[in-house]
Amino acid sequence: MAEEKVSCAVPASTVEGSSNEPAPAAEVKKEAVRMGVTVGMKAPDFTAPAYYKGKFTTVKLSDFAGKWVSLCFYPGDFTFV
Amino acid sequence: MSAVADRYAEFQALGVEVISVSVDSQFVHKVWNDTELSKMVDGGVPFHMASDGGGAIGTVYGVYSPAQGVDFRGRFLIDPDGIIQGMEILTPPVGRNVDETLRQLQAFQLVRKTGGKEVTPSGWTPGGKVLNPGPDLVANVWKFWNPKDVYGKK
Repeated sequence: MAEEKVSCAVPASTVEGSSNEPAPAAEVKKEAVRMGVTVGMKAPDFTAPAYYKGKFTTVKLSDFAGKWVSLCFYPGDFTFV
Repeated sequence: MSAVADRYAEFQALGVEVISVSVDSQFVHKVWNDTELSKMVDGGVPFHMASDGGGAIGTVYGVYSPAQGVDFRGRFLIDPDGIIQGMEILTPPVGRNVDETLRQLQAFQLVRKTGGKEVTPSGWTPGGKVLNPGPDLVANVWKFWNPKDVYGKK
């Protein structure tokens, strides 16, 4: 059995009958209307479970209103970069 | 994330809070912090490590990849009014530059402080030349600013 290539992205699992193939051209429009934000927009508020200084807690973006926030998404714990 | 954690004091000095987000659970965040990040950063990660299981947060920010099941490397600078002033999205293999994040934060803070009377040209760093937008500046930027001032002669 070949060893999985190790990369920085977590390999996705697949479900029988589903496909990770690129979307056919006819579906490209869907991509164009996918959700997302851009500069000048209000940052969508969220509440999420979190780990913070030794404790399990909840973090809510709007709790930091009045402060600058650097919100950093990343692909996963234990990835290399 | 260890690079941001390592330089958290600089974010704090600018009055900036950091929140990191990935699809991992808060339990995995703890183990990553305890077993690896705390070996690179004294005291471990000093900010909230949020869990985005299912990618709901990443989806509204436009950084979640359903195919890979992860949030891409999206970094959003949000001002005190909750408005997104800057964003950068990278695919997983390339990491961010903390210097650039701090530089952008300082630039946005200067613009906000001066009510837009001072704006920061390309490559601006704190103490660097700023521009004052107005009718007199139109077609006259060259009198005040030159890319070689910032980037040197190549």
